[in-house]
Amino acid sequence: MTLLAIDWGMLVEKLVLIGAIISVSLLIAMYSTYAERKVAAILQDRVGPDRAGPWGIFQPLADGGKLFFKEEIIPNTSNKLLFVMGPCLAMLTAMMTSAVIPWGNQIHFNLFGIDRYINLQIADINIGVLFIFGVVSLGVYGIMIGGWASNNKFSLMAAMRGASQVISYELAMGISLIALLMLTGSLSMKTIVEQQIQGRLWNVAYQPLGFLLFFICAFAECNRAPFDLSEAENELNFGYHQEYSSMKLGFYLFAEYINMFISSVIMATLYFGGYDMPFVNEANLSVNVAAIVGIVALMAKVFIFIFIFMWVRWTLPRFRYDQLMNLGWKSLIPLALINMFITGAVILWRQG
Amino acid sequence: MSTTEILFWFLSVLALVGATMVLISRNPIHSILWLIVVFFAISGHYILLNAQFLAIVNLIVYAGAIMVLFLFVVMLMNLNSDTEPQKNNWMKIAGAISGGCLLLIMIDVVSGSSDMQNKTAIVKEGNIGLIKVLGKVLFTDYVVPFEISSVLFLSAMVGAVVIGKKEKETPNP
Amino acid sequence: MQALTNRGKSVERKPMTLLERLYLPAIFKGMAITFSHIFKKVPTIRYPEQKRPFAKVSRGLQVLNRDEEGRERCTACGLCAVACPAEAITMEAAERQRGEEHLYREEKYAAKYEINMLRCIFCGLCEEACPKDAIYLSETFAPSNLQRKGFIYGKEDLLIPNPLTHPEEYNKAKGEKAPTTK
Repeated sequence: MTLLAIDWGMLVEKLVLIGAIISVSLLIAMYSTYAERKVAAILQDRVGPDRAGPWGIFQPLADGGKLFFKEEIIPNTSNKLLFVMGPCLAMLTAMMTSAVIPWGNQIHFNLFGIDRYINLQIADINIGVLFIFGVVSLGVYGIMIGGWASNNKFSLMAAMRGASQVISYELAMGISLIALLMLTGSLSMKTIVEQQIQGRLWNVAYQPLGFLLFFICAFAECNRAPFDLSEAENELNFGYHQEYSSMKLGFYLFAEYINMFISSVIMATLYFGGYDMPFVNEANLSVNVAAIVGIVALMAKVFIFIFIFMWVRWTLPRFRYDQLMNLGWKSLIPLALINMFITGAVILWRQG
Repeated sequence: MSTTEILFWFLSVLALVGATMVLISRNPIHSILWLIVVFFAISGHYILLNAQFLAIVNLIVYAGAIMVLFLFVVMLMNLNSDTEPQKNNWMKIAGAISGGCLLLIMIDVVSGSSDMQNKTAIVKEGNIGLIKVLGKVLFTDYVVPFEISSVLFLSAMVGAVVIGKKEKETPNP
Repeated sequence: MQALTNRGKSVERKPMTLLERLYLPAIFKGMAITFSHIFKKVPTIRYPEQKRPFAKVSRGLQVLNRDEEGRERCTACGLCAVACPAEAITMEAAERQRGEEHLYREEKYAAKYEINMLRCIFCGLCEEACPKDAIYLSETFAPSNLQRKGFIYGKEDLLIPNPLTHPEEYNKAKGEKAPTTK
């Protein structure tokens, strides 16, 4: 029975890790909806939700409960299978990215006679960054299939807009990342973080322009304001999820928040040192304490990014479609190319 | 059966079923989605062969970009099974014969090739598929074909721009 | 076209400069503005717990007044109904019987007194017309209702609680604008 030649310890460890990461990202996405409303309220001199529980912290639960109990409507003329598949795909692709992100260094587990070092990363594959790109490029399908299966012209148009926007900004995103990858020489997320910890500055110090481009593209990839054209309610009624109701709509909205969370994590990992706490030498701490410090540092960075996402959303008006395309193709991609050339030239010059 | 074997058979069956469904689905959107399933299965095979880079690039380029463009075109043209033109029966027979001939030739070539005989695929080992090795090989041994293909892409891009560019309209008074 | 005021500002349509096309300075300016709002005071009044005081001149729901002995002041003279521009008030008079002196102040009283709150415009003319200070406008307003007939307020809705038997409710319903004359 070679079938059972699996490292059961590793399997259990990874399953627990996957479960933990998925529940944490769901929780954070849930409270992002709350934070979004609170941040919007604070920026607009309002109070925001404050009725459900103290300061309204049970508001996400109330929202979720409401969505669950809403009537499930599947339009008569829609393509039933694909209609249900759309939100599932959106959710799936949103969650899959978290597999290659290093959430912390490692924890030392010594209990019940088991002595293990557990890496806080589901899979340390040597093409981590490319994996993220692959999953992100699949994220379009959730929008497109949902929009098309609704059999509604507005949904279809919104889906087209969303998809074309995501595809166009993926290019600029990729090229701005290439400059970073030339610097690090590795596609593994873990290695990129380790390099930033070991005595060097964070990557953002070497790649400020690259980071800015990546940041702008992340907004577009998440379909968030000011690039939320696929949800432009004044032109397209509601966007690609117009025909959706109940928790299927909830999944679409939720996937957006998970995307936001994950892209914040990616930005923190690639450009801001990941789980590196500045001015603290993790090597001096014991393994578990260092892991906790690392996770706290990463989460702090992520929350700052999420706040910036929301801050931008409640400040900037939506771009017009032609402005969006002009910005993407005529500004961001040339800038990313220039950034790439400069980085390459500097690397060659320093090598002599 | 080892896990690798189970995965291999699963992915093979998935790929074949997907490929068949691409052909027999009446709805073009369904065909495209089945094609995406095929790409996923093939990427799984690449991973089994320890070619992670190829697997993920296959997904990014084909499933992520080209299939999206396919979907774009089909969705915008609003092709339905109703609007599918009735094909001539002769065309079907001719297609089956020519396709069968191609299949026979392929089988003959593969089984007759001395390179492929008595060889099994290297599973989970070998490092030619890894990105570092692949990059080195591409930029040393195969640099000329690589650059030529990049020139090909560039010319394709230029061609697309030329086609997409609107002709200058004569200014109306 | 001649401008009506000199406040108009003509829109410039010249192409954006490089700095403007970068969008970034404008974006940072806007973000600074929104950020400054974090530190601003929130003007929200959390309604059911906090209430904003009514203005001195506000006119709310009518109240049929009693005197200090708990007797209804209204004598069903009909002046309020005559004064009402919206014709919202109807009443039926009745004569006070022997033994009802503790209920009604005068010999005549309103057996039925109805105000249609859908018609009422809360102008306060009824209060001005009343010679007996029997009706005045308080600080509350008519709550919503699901039926039209729920807006026709009868005597049981309008009459103030008896100050002798229910002093607490009386003080609550009296409000700050009850007439002080006897």
